Amino acid sequence: MTVLLLVLPLLGCLAVLGLPPKRAAAFGVAVTSATLATALLMAATFDYHRSGFAQFSVNAPWIPLIDLRIHLGVDGISLPLVVLTALLCALCAGYLARPSGQPERPRALVALLLLTEVGMLGTFVALNLLLFFVFFEVVLVPMYAVIAGWGGQRRAAAARQFILYTLLGSGVLLVGLLLLYSRTSTMDMVVLVGRAGTGLSHGVQVLGFLLIAGGLAVKVPVWPLHSWLPDAHTQAPTVGSVLLAGVLLKMGTYGMVRIAVPMLPEGAVALAPALGALGVAGIVYAALACLAQRDLKRLIAFSSVGHMGFVLLGIATLTPVGINAALLGNIAHGLITGLLFFLVGGIAQRYGSTDIDRIGGGLLAKAPRLGSLLVFAAVASLGLPGLAGFWGEMLAMLSAFRPAGGLNPALYLVFLAVAGLGTVLTAAYFLVMLRRVAQGVVPPRWTAERFGDVTAREWVAWTPLLVLVLAIGLWPRIVLGVTDGAVRVLLRGG
Amino acid sequence: MTAALAVPVVLAPFLAAAVGLPLGRRLPPGIVAIAGTAVSAVLAIAVAVSSRPAETLARLTPTGGIAVTVGVRVGGLSATVAVMVTLVALAVQVYSVGYLRGDPRYPSYAALVSLFTAAMLTVVLSADLLLTYAGWEVMGVCSYFLIGHHWERPAASSAAVKSFLMTRFGDVGFLFGVFVLGTAAGSFRITDVLAAVPTMSHTTVLAAALLMVVGVVGKSAQFPLHSWLPDAMAGPAPVSALIHAATMVAAGVYLVALLFPVFLAAPLALDVLAVLAVVSMLGAALAAFASADLKRVLAYSTISQLSLMFAALAVGGRTAAIAHLVSHAAFKALLFLCAGAVITAVGGGLLTDLGGLRRAMPVTFATMTVGFAALAGFPPTSGFFSKDLVVAAAGHAASGEAALVTVAVAWLVAVAVLLTAGVTAAYATRAWLLTFFGTERPAREAGPVLTGPLLALAAPALLLGLAALRWPELRPEWGSALASVAVVVLGAGVVLARWRAAPGRDPADLLGRARPLLASAWHTDDLYERTVARAVTGLAERVVAVDDRVVGRAVTGSGRNAGRLGGLIRLSQNGNPQLYLTGLLAGVLLIAVGVVVLA
Repeated sequence: MTVLLLVLPLLGCLAVLGLPPKRAAAFGVAVTSATLATALLMAATFDYHRSGFAQFSVNAPWIPLIDLRIHLGVDGISLPLVVLTALLCALCAGYLARPSGQPERPRALVALLLLTEVGMLGTFVALNLLLFFVFFEVVLVPMYAVIAGWGGQRRAAAARQFILYTLLGSGVLLVGLLLLYSRTSTMDMVVLVGRAGTGLSHGVQVLGFLLIAGGLAVKVPVWPLHSWLPDAHTQAPTVGSVLLAGVLLKMGTYGMVRIAVPMLPEGAVALAPALGALGVAGIVYAALACLAQRDLKRLIAFSSVGHMGFVLLGIATLTPVGINAALLGNIAHGLITGLLFFLVGGIAQRYGSTDIDRIGGGLLAKAPRLGSLLVFAAVASLGLPGLAGFWGEMLAMLSAFRPAGGLNPALYLVFLAVAGLGTVLTAAYFLVMLRRVAQGVVPPRWTAERFGDVTAREWVAWTPLLVLVLAIGLWPRIVLGVTDGAVRVLLRGG
Repeated sequence: MTAALAVPVVLAPFLAAAVGLPLGRRLPPGIVAIAGTAVSAVLAIAVAVSSRPAETLARLTPTGGIAVTVGVRVGGLSATVAVMVTLVALAVQVYSVGYLRGDPRYPSYAALVSLFTAAMLTVVLSADLLLTYAGWEVMGVCSYFLIGHHWERPAASSAAVKSFLMTRFGDVGFLFGVFVLGTAAGSFRITDVLAAVPTMSHTTVLAAALLMVVGVVGKSAQFPLHSWLPDAMAGPAPVSALIHAATMVAAGVYLVALLFPVFLAAPLALDVLAVLAVVSMLGAALAAFASADLKRVLAYSTISQLSLMFAALAVGGRTAAIAHLVSHAAFKALLFLCAGAVITAVGGGLLTDLGGLRRAMPVTFATMTVGFAALAGFPPTSGFFSKDLVVAAAGHAASGEAALVTVAVAWLVAVAVLLTAGVTAAYATRAWLLTFFGTERPAREAGPVLTGPLLALAAPALLLGLAALRWPELRPEWGSALASVAVVVLGAGVVLARWRAAPGRDPADLLGRARPLLASAWHTDDLYERTVARAVTGLAERVVAVDDRVVGRAVTGSGRNAGRLGGLIRLSQNGNPQLYLTGLLAGVLLIAVGVVVLA
């Protein structure tokens, strides 16, 4: 079934090129829906009592010379991300197929979307280090093309920056992975997690962690390596932004949880404080950047840096609570920020701009449903209890209160305090944004303009996110119940 | 059985919100909201009558550490407060149908009030501290939405933001306090936490108690996080009645009472609480005396009255604090709803625009007179009895009996409580005179949908104290009662004498040149505006500027360097693997390029 998960979008990607352009979008919906159905079927048949072990496994040699094997599987850590990825891809395809917003060159866009999906899903199901890396890279190129081909006015520079920056990160990551391989002679992730760093000297572990986590840090993005992100998000088309924030960023933190922390535990203990410090710095920095932000899309982009800061803080505690928080934070951020980018896309389509001053307020009066959805998503993003964003942030802070042995608890108390301050600042920028965009009176420029409220097609794309944000918020066990077992296995060393 | 009854107490208003938010527009106004609150109220009374402590729990989620549970915990305290919350909420829901007649935003408003009620009941009945925190935060956001009900007005939307941020600052303290207690007890269950208090180290308990004080100060609008509450009056009057008088701000008092054993084990935290309460009660009472707006008078009086409860808690008078919490809920909700009726009739709440409404609005006049009498603490209203309990508790502490706080602080509290009682009587009398006396003006009495809840709330505001006499611990003590009545009469007398001497003139002129200073609560808002707000805004602009220029340029540079670095990596990784990977990447690149070209 894992293979099907990857083959479906790959075949779809090739097949869509042979179709007439008009039918490309509909075909994209069909393929991504089939992939989503596969993912859901996996979730339905997954053995939740053995969530710590890879299920639906495939393990076949590919290029024996470099120990590259097609080793795929899904466990409690990857399952939620697989479902999230398949869901967001399907929603993006559905969004592309809406009658009001047919993109230019639809065949190419759908094909690239599907290729991205292959890479993203592959990253989450790969159990071979090299295979992981290959899939990790597969995502880059189509995403580059999406930004460069369908982006905003300054797309070329943004796309170039995106690819250069992330390739640089990948290079460092590759060196780290090869270092690990050179010392262990295996690329098998299950084996490496099982060994939990035995046989690796302290120096190798620290260097390996530095290289692997450092390479992944670009993708997360960890402050101050974030600067590709606001431009990429701002220039990317809506579906690009949704996938960037919803899935691509998760590949970085997923790699840390899956590879860096369990395989190099001593390196993790040595460098986790630095990771935590950068995480909380990112929270505050992003919040401040958002407070003075004039562009709505850029604001949402920066908010991702802050949310990933909480995820990093969770990882940096090296405790089950923290890792669970990180995984849940990933899912919640994917849903909420995906929704936010969809909404901003809807606003941009109506106002022809994402400039906050140009919109000028009164969205709640002009398009009450769109405005209410924006309020909902913003409130979810600032971590209101009862909505998905709360649990990840709260548990990340809880884990910082009691970090793993070997870490300096006083330092983590400082992180905790800074993160707490960050939650207030996060609330501040979202509420200020709502005040300037949603509330207030409609400026004269827009009073004569007529544009519709949320369309049926938009509801279709957005409702699943809405429902999941609420469901996970009220019943976090949906995610934590799956991840918890796997996290315990991971931290115990297989 | 009790626990089974208590679960729907919370769920009924929650369901009303869940139904009312999407469907409210298609249903007759108020039906769902009133039904939900009424069911909740009936069940809450049933729970209180059965009055057996009970608890029921289920595991909400694993976390990798301490699991989070969901459940209800019923005791005497929580049952009493639940009844109070549901009854005030019911009165407010009924009143709102009339007050917001014709308002297109009424459906979402009613649903939010329901959600708010559910959140407050969660705080009251929850068995798990994290669940309590969840309710605590949801109340904050409901308050944000309801203060911003008129979101097209800049004053309303900025007041909403301010209230949320100031309370959230406190909430962070509360959350960290929960972390401290939960981690030390190995469980977030309130029962477990309270049981584990004796085993906790002194530092742990003190840290937890002080963090809780931060949360409580924010939610209950005590100095120095008080200034959001007067601005919150931008919301509709029934919202002020429910949220900013009877319930949300009262949650702080409830929480301290609930976790009282934690505070008893950390007397220093009680000292801090006492000092903050003393500053708040006097400062806010003076601000209420100087305020020019009827609702702001009531808002400041809320701060001051809540401080009385905190002072009572600090000196060990838990029963006194809860008694005053309940009677205050009745008379303050009544006063706000009366203010709403007055504002509807006159079209504004500025005290200079009011006056002479005595004959035109007899029901409002009568009920509001009861409310003001109770606020001032005239016998035999509920306010007299409950305030007397507070005075008595302060007196006992000052005389050194079973003192928790240091004796100096106890004296401070006792003196401040008496002074506040005097100022309270003065500002209540002033507001009463300025609203109803002086030159008569034409106005129409509010309709029965509005006056009904007024009458319903006037009864407990007047009689609650008398009804409570059957419990010995709620009976007044003669010494303190005489002292407080004397101060109250003095305070009211000064204002009355001034009014006699200069009819129609605002008795706040007594304050002379100090009035603007007092009305602005010592310019605390200006201070925050100039320091915190300006610093954060400045910092934010700096960050954006730096991010655009410095980091952006570094990246452009790094683009160039990346090429060089790539070369380095290639050097270090010579051989077959590199070839394979390059091949793979090239393959992907080919597909992508092919896609772009072919399409």
